[in-house]
Amino acid sequence: MPYGPHTPADRARMLATIGIDSVDELFADIPERLRATPLALAEPEPELALAARLEALSRRNQVDLASFLGAGVYRHYSPAAIDQLLLRGEWYTAYTPYQPEISQGTLQSIYEYQSLIAELVGLDVVSASHYDGAAATAEAALMACRATRRERVLVSRAVHRHYRETTATYFLGGGLAVEEIPLVADGPDAGTTDLAALERLLADPDRPVAGVIAGQPNFLGLLEPMAEIGRLAHAAGALFVAVVEPVSLAVLEPPGVYGADIAAGEGQPLGIPAQYGGPYLGILAATDSLVRQVPGRLVGLTTDLDGKRAFVMTLRAREQDIRREKAASNICTNQALLALAASIYLATLGPHGLRDVAALGAVRAAELEAALAEVGVRRLHSGPYLNEFAVRVPDAAAVHRRLIDRGILAGLVLAEAEPDDPSLTDALLVCATEVTTADDIARFADALSAVLRGRPPIAVEAGAGALVGESGGAVPELSR
Amino acid sequence: MVPTDLRYTKDHEWVRLEGTEATVGITEYAANQLGDIVFVELPEVGRTLEQGAVFGVVESVKAVSDLFAPVSGSVVEANAALADKPELVNSEPLGAGWMVRVTVADKAELDGLLDAAAYDALISEG
Repeated sequence: MPYGPHTPADRARMLATIGIDSVDELFADIPERLRATPLALAEPEPELALAARLEALSRRNQVDLASFLGAGVYRHYSPAAIDQLLLRGEWYTAYTPYQPEISQGTLQSIYEYQSLIAELVGLDVVSASHYDGAAATAEAALMACRATRRERVLVSRAVHRHYRETTATYFLGGGLAVEEIPLVADGPDAGTTDLAALERLLADPDRPVAGVIAGQPNFLGLLEPMAEIGRLAHAAGALFVAVVEPVSLAVLEPPGVYGADIAAGEGQPLGIPAQYGGPYLGILAATDSLVRQVPGRLVGLTTDLDGKRAFVMTLRAREQDIRREKAASNICTNQALLALAASIYLATLGPHGLRDVAALGAVRAAELEAALAEVGVRRLHSGPYLNEFAVRVPDAAAVHRRLIDRGILAGLVLAEAEPDDPSLTDALLVCATEVTTADDIARFADALSAVLRGRPPIAVEAGAGALVGESGGAVPELSR
Repeated sequence: MVPTDLRYTKDHEWVRLEGTEATVGITEYAANQLGDIVFVELPEVGRTLEQGAVFGVVESVKAVSDLFAPVSGSVVEANAALADKPELVNSEPLGAGWMVRVTVADKAELDGLLDAAAYDALISEG
């Protein structure tokens, strides 16, 4: 049989079958400006010249900022062993090891990843990994719909916006609905999921809820009443999905203990650097009773014909190559290399080391809170947090820009992430981890104080001094 | 020859009518074709089945198949024993490996199903 791509006749027949005139019509949903256009590449350059140009470009990155940015991606120290082991060529192989007889190493690495995460989240089954925390959360929502045969999922507004949007995208076209649970507006529980509103949303008898999704810690860094949210979900016959940050589980109660049926989360904090938007690692875990709803690969432990320990992909019948359109998921590429990084990270630190990382982050965050309070910048909420919290800062976006000039990445401007929430208008979301130093914190507090009081940055003191003199304070600088 | 007191579907389910209640399972031929059955997903009691529509899933080591309802009706019992012993479908497909019992809405629906001779002919075609 000759090998060849589709002939024009093949294409015409396929287009006619689905009732369109051209392939371009398939891309109608993608805005015109985002579609690929012919590449207009410059003439090749000598390597030397190219390297110099790329280096000059890279110098435009500000790599020496003292960073307090978290918001879903967290900086942690990665032991050198991780990167060194990831460089080994043996790992650069098919990420889906369909042939156990030639893939024991890769299969074992995935099995160990699953085992380590299962211990961390306190649930029975862990998938071989997904793209990222957003994809894992969306898959968890779909699992809840399949398991309950219901079509409506409730997600707390304090779950990362990207996760909520990804879930809504996954739900498109499937007749499924995702609705948001509002947050408590004020008082001691401000910034956490509104339980009374959740109860009302769950009470609609005509629209039973498949699953309730809440984050711990939530996007604002606050600790949620997870056991209570789970109890309300279960009382309405819904499953409870916990969106977790894995390092925090060394010190916080794991989802399996507070009654979550499914846990989803971003695995990046486990030894994966903060790199652009990824590639990262989607963690997905569930109770044993949901094992057949788990999407993607699962690796199991068995014995071969000679009675020797062996690893295999298991429960394959959930997957698309067998079950086609009825598969548990058709978006189930796993992130084997990054799951391996997470495994090495967890194995290298051990349970005590991980607890130290989480506890030290919490200590640093408390120091950060105190240092910021000393310069008059206070928390937006009063509930407990672990290592990330929101602070109230007038004209937050402008202050954030000015702090970058002073070498400080002052977390996230919350109004940019959540433009629809007026309570977050003048606020920054800041975090600390074990890599945050006392010096970083002192610099941040000092720079913030200077910016708020209109003190010019030291480096440009001579030039800006006149400006402050003329204007007499912080206001002109902030509104510049 | 398959048992003559049952009716069959082209999708290899059998149905046994007793009064207004029907018991449903898959045939020995289907069980053999699927191989070792490892999981059976069945509907909850009270769910209404519609003739010809999917009511469950049977999973073997090599395949997954939908179960199609041979008759319409309300589920009065699903075989709980299959949760722990799905292999009963292989060992006793017409007995302990039954899947659901339903209250039949319209007995006339059974007239449209295959009798033993017709089902025999179907499976001997291969």
